[in-house]
Amino acid sequence: MSTTVIEAKGLMKRYGSTVAVAGIDLSVRAGEVVGLLGPNGAGKTTTILMLLGLTEPTEGSVRILGKDPLRQPLEVKREVGYLPDAVGFYDSMSGRENLAYTARLAGISAELARESIAAALDKARLAEVADRHVGTYSRGMRQRLGVAELLMRKCSVAILDEPTSGLDPQSTQELLELIQALSRDGMTILLSSHMLNVVQTVCDRIALFSNGKIGFLGTIEELADKIGGGAFIIDVEADGIDLSEIGTSAKGVKSIVAGRQGHWLVEAERDVRPELARLVVDAGGSLKNLDLRRARLDQAYNRYFREVVHEA
Amino acid sequence: MRREGSPFKGTATIAFKEAADHMTSARMHLIMLLVLLTAIAAVYGAIGRITETTAEDPFLFLKLLTEAREPLPSFAALLGFLLPLVAIALVFDAVNGEYARRTMSRLLAQPIYRDAVLFGKFLGGLLVIAIALLTLWLLMTGLGILFLGLPPSAADIVRGVAYLAATLAYAGVWLALAIAFSTLIRSPATSALAALSVWLVLAVFWDMIAPLLASVLAPIDPLDPMTVVTQFETQQAVSRFSPQTLYGEITGMLLNPAARSVGPLFFDQVQGAIAGAPLPTLQSLLVVWPQLAGLVAAMILLFTLAYVVFQRQEVRA
Ligand SMILES: Nc1ncnc2c1ncn2[C@@H]1O[C@H](COP(=O)(O)OP(=O)(O)OP(=O)(O)O)[C@@H](O)[C@H]1O
Ligand SMILES: [Mg+2]
Repeated sequence: MSTTVIEAKGLMKRYGSTVAVAGIDLSVRAGEVVGLLGPNGAGKTTTILMLLGLTEPTEGSVRILGKDPLRQPLEVKREVGYLPDAVGFYDSMSGRENLAYTARLAGISAELARESIAAALDKARLAEVADRHVGTYSRGMRQRLGVAELLMRKCSVAILDEPTSGLDPQSTQELLELIQALSRDGMTILLSSHMLNVVQTVCDRIALFSNGKIGFLGTIEELADKIGGGAFIIDVEADGIDLSEIGTSAKGVKSIVAGRQGHWLVEAERDVRPELARLVVDAGGSLKNLDLRRARLDQAYNRYFREVVHEA
Repeated sequence: MRREGSPFKGTATIAFKEAADHMTSARMHLIMLLVLLTAIAAVYGAIGRITETTAEDPFLFLKLLTEAREPLPSFAALLGFLLPLVAIALVFDAVNGEYARRTMSRLLAQPIYRDAVLFGKFLGGLLVIAIALLTLWLLMTGLGILFLGLPPSAADIVRGVAYLAATLAYAGVWLALAIAFSTLIRSPATSALAALSVWLVLAVFWDMIAPLLASVLAPIDPLDPMTVVTQFETQQAVSRFSPQTLYGEITGMLLNPAARSVGPLFFDQVQGAIAGAPLPTLQSLLVVWPQLAGLVAAMILLFTLAYVVFQRQEVRA
């Protein structure tokens, strides 16, 4: 099951003298959900465009399911669904007509299209407005129509550029659930986003872009580990001791931050709860709570760009 | 490089969608209303003149298209002038409009080649113009039957159809030009302006520019009478850079069976000819064959330009 679906090697894009993407390697396995993160102008959209063959790389190569998007565009585009950022539709056509048009272009038979369009509109919660002109849609509704198009196409790979921009919290949540459902069905998904909680919820791995390069590619735990913080964060509540003093002797602890009276946050590279419990008890304190939390992407992300990128 | 499937896959889908868009757009309704009103006025004028002057003519229905009653131009002249406007109005934002609406990347992410988008837009425009022309022609013929009281002859119809085909090629040149501008220029307003400027220069000012250019390129030597002919021929060559001129020469030949040549007549061309006797349709067609080929070549050239630029364009919207 670990065939490579998306593979980019030495991908680079120059616009005149500006380098938008400075030679990246990226590979995404079947069924994976990978998130592209990074500040504005870091090169995420440019990378996506090159993956789709919508823009020609200055250097490097792309393979989607083993095929070159520039040389075999039809084979690639048949397998890949794309949701551009700020997706546009024909304003004078209804949502349903817009989808019917892309279905015809995609070569889906009219009968099949009618059913899958209805189902997709339903899933994207657009069934009620499906026959209104898209010109009357809000930004979020257009975004959801874009998602509906992906659902209708039933591709094996989906590439989404900031799919949650402009969505309200409820729609964001629904979109996440849709993405997770698609992923469970075996779809390979690549998405870019600035919403870290979105990425944390759905992505198996993340790629951190900065200045046209991928500075980090891996899981969130690996990222937390890499930037010196622990992948494991433990919330400790205890009386009668100062954990900041005694806790550091446990193996694997990276840092301890004191919170409210009697609360500490321990970062460690592994689950050090047993050691911490023993230390607290041995020091004569009373342990009230030990809570293991996963590393938080927003913390790791901010720290990454503050420390790692800044120093470089 | 082997390409899978036809490069035209999706072309028909796009062409029909474009045509449907045109048919329902206010833009198209407005300009067709303009064409229709002026055309009816022109034909009405022509009917008046025909009933006043000619009683018998084997090509009455062709006269309907070429007769003009001051101050109105003839139907054919009118069409030559207005058709570029119709073509430009239809496709001036064919490509950049998709970018402006941010639909281009979604369109090109569908399993079709880029070729299909450009071909589809062109054919969609051409289809609408063909339908409009056919309707106009039928309408004119209907008016003719009504007011002249007799049906068109077979030759009328054959020449009329040839004229329609040539008119379509002429419209194709302007469609290709407008599409090329819409590919090269990102703003729809600017591309419309660019296409209209070219139309203005070629349709209105070219008649003044051509003699000027000719007098510079081939000045007349008072001692050599042949230089007069040379200058005339130069002027003709220069003016033929305008599709307007080519189209004018084609309609002149096709709609006027008595015409022998599009240029100056030399003695050997009229030798043995009966003045005013009609030329067979095929002969007329042969005379204007180079002009027709010129129009089609211009259309292909402009379309190829648009094609090459579009194929390499980055699609970020
Ligand atoms: N057509 C262009 N000409 C010149 N530079 C460009 C062009 N398109 C993009 N760039 C530059 O390429 C860089 C990468 O842009 P890109 O859109 O890939 O960023 P991004 O990571 O998607 O940013 P965002 O988070 O804002 O969407 C930017 O510095 C941008 O200015
Ligand atoms: Mg972007």
